[in-house]
Amino acid sequence: MTAGQDPAITRLRAHEMAAGLREGRFTALALLEAHLELIRDENRVLHAWSSVDEDGARQAAVAADRQLSKEGGRAIQGPAALPPLLGIPVALKDLVVTRGQPSTAGSRILKGFLSPYDAHIAERLREAGAVVVGKTNMDEFAMGSSTEHSAWGPTANPWALDRVPGGSSGGSAAAVAAFHVPLAIGTDTGGSIRQPAALTGTVGMKPTYGRVSRYGIIAFASSLDQVGPFGRDVRDAAMLLGVVAGRDEHDSTSAPMQVPDYAAELPADDDEAAASVKGLRLGLPREYFVPGMEPGVEARIREAVGALEAAGAEIVELSLPHSEYGLATYYIIAPAEASANLARYDGIRYGQSVRGEDVLGNYLATRGSGFGAEVKRRVMLGTYALSAGYYDAYYLKAQKVRTLLKRDFDLAFKQVDALIAPTSPTVAFPLGARLADPVAMYLSDVCTLPVNMAGLPGISVPCGLSEGLPVGLQFIGRAWDESRLFGLGRAYEAITASAEWRSLEPTDLPALSDPSAPAPAERLAAARA
Amino acid sequence: MATLSRADVEHVAHLARLGLTDEELGRLEGQLNHILDQYEILAALPTDEIAPTAQTIELENILRADVTTPSLPVDEALAGAPDRARDLFVVPQIIGGD
Repeated sequence: MTAGQDPAITRLRAHEMAAGLREGRFTALALLEAHLELIRDENRVLHAWSSVDEDGARQAAVAADRQLSKEGGRAIQGPAALPPLLGIPVALKDLVVTRGQPSTAGSRILKGFLSPYDAHIAERLREAGAVVVGKTNMDEFAMGSSTEHSAWGPTANPWALDRVPGGSSGGSAAAVAAFHVPLAIGTDTGGSIRQPAALTGTVGMKPTYGRVSRYGIIAFASSLDQVGPFGRDVRDAAMLLGVVAGRDEHDSTSAPMQVPDYAAELPADDDEAAASVKGLRLGLPREYFVPGMEPGVEARIREAVGALEAAGAEIVELSLPHSEYGLATYYIIAPAEASANLARYDGIRYGQSVRGEDVLGNYLATRGSGFGAEVKRRVMLGTYALSAGYYDAYYLKAQKVRTLLKRDFDLAFKQVDALIAPTSPTVAFPLGARLADPVAMYLSDVCTLPVNMAGLPGISVPCGLSEGLPVGLQFIGRAWDESRLFGLGRAYEAITASAEWRSLEPTDLPALSDPSAPAPAERLAAARA
Repeated sequence: MATLSRADVEHVAHLARLGLTDEELGRLEGQLNHILDQYEILAALPTDEIAPTAQTIELENILRADVTTPSLPVDEALAGAPDRARDLFVVPQIIGGD
């Protein structure tokens, strides 16, 4: 068959692709080629990808087809016979290392670096049959909320090409939104999965700290970083998390806990899914309706809350009183951890190296030219916060306030089953709009970063449009309660299944293949001029 | 709380091993002070009785079996080195002259 030229198969959800492959409606190779064609035609204008491994992906697809044809008969008897992601294209954020492939973390200092080993989650994905297509663009070392801090230039938002896709996992979010892949991996240190998911109309989940191994994930802030999935619906995100979650002996902070089959737990039937919220108590934290929140975003969130209430959930207005301290606390702890983690880029063992007169000169020249402006800012902040005389005033103080932030959530979860909140106070903002003011950029994550400080799981699901751009609804859960968050996301999908916005594709998809459309770097340069 | 002077910024850059241009140092002085202003909100919050949180999951003493397993082969470990000699990373001379 000629499905390789059929763009319709790229519109399927991952679980529909899995069914199509098992039923022999198309091959894994045809599915891959359809996606590669989009990537080839559109990446200049979208710039979601920093590298694409066509050969490696084809080999994986061919191997998947071999397994599908060999075990096809068995698959009909029981779906468990085949690995869950067999033949499904998946993107990795450019900080997940894979053997022999580039992983730059969006940084000049890792240009040309080829990892000698695989991240644990890359192994998990391969065992699950996934076809890893390549690496997606990101803010350098995951520091940013717009993907504009990538050394390789920004990524566009498929809903409006002159706007950011959010960040730092903006490439993963844009690739999923633009149908370049059905699934992608991101990481979330202060909102870097949930905020780009909100801004691109995709589903993104940050699991509980410790749920997914960080082995082979290029580190930003080690007490906050967590790996998670992007998908175009909740079931797909659940399927991907189910594959990568679980204990890994190479990461001592990965928890030795059972991982539920998240996707299998979700009701297929919309009525059943919608009914599952009956009697649930959902907390609405008033502090998350922050000053500066766009009225259109607030309206969509209030409507979503109303829809859940109408479906039988009990909405409890409550307070997380220390929320106003979240931003300052985060912007001490994360840079402090980053300054320690990034000390490894010494220009001696791997990565870019610029020679100076002596060893110190090597460090200064290598790091001075290898790191971008935002990374330098954070390394400076973190070094200062940890330096002699300031440690108590900044770092220790922030760790104590972190305790208070966590306690707010602990108290809330004595009253309610989950929290419901906006993901981002605004829709996608124009390229360049927040680059000149770091604090304005930092405020992008004001509704997501307290969740990382407390180590809790959070999910962002689309809840409609404001000014033609996607709005994200966030559910926050108790530690290890990802199942409930997926269940709530699925219920919300079911409740709003017939909403008109659900059938809309990103507005600017047609322009992605327009040869006269500018690349995102050109748009950004024009915006800043 | 403190305000950073230009000399402070240069000192922190040295601690962080960042070679910065005059222009970068000047820009950072303004930006870092603006960010430090945002931290001031924390000073007024009483925390004397509060224990610090360094991590959020209550795992302790995660140990593995005391068995040796193969390490990365030397050639692979050195494959990304900008400069190598035999099985070693090459760095500029650190100790003494002749």
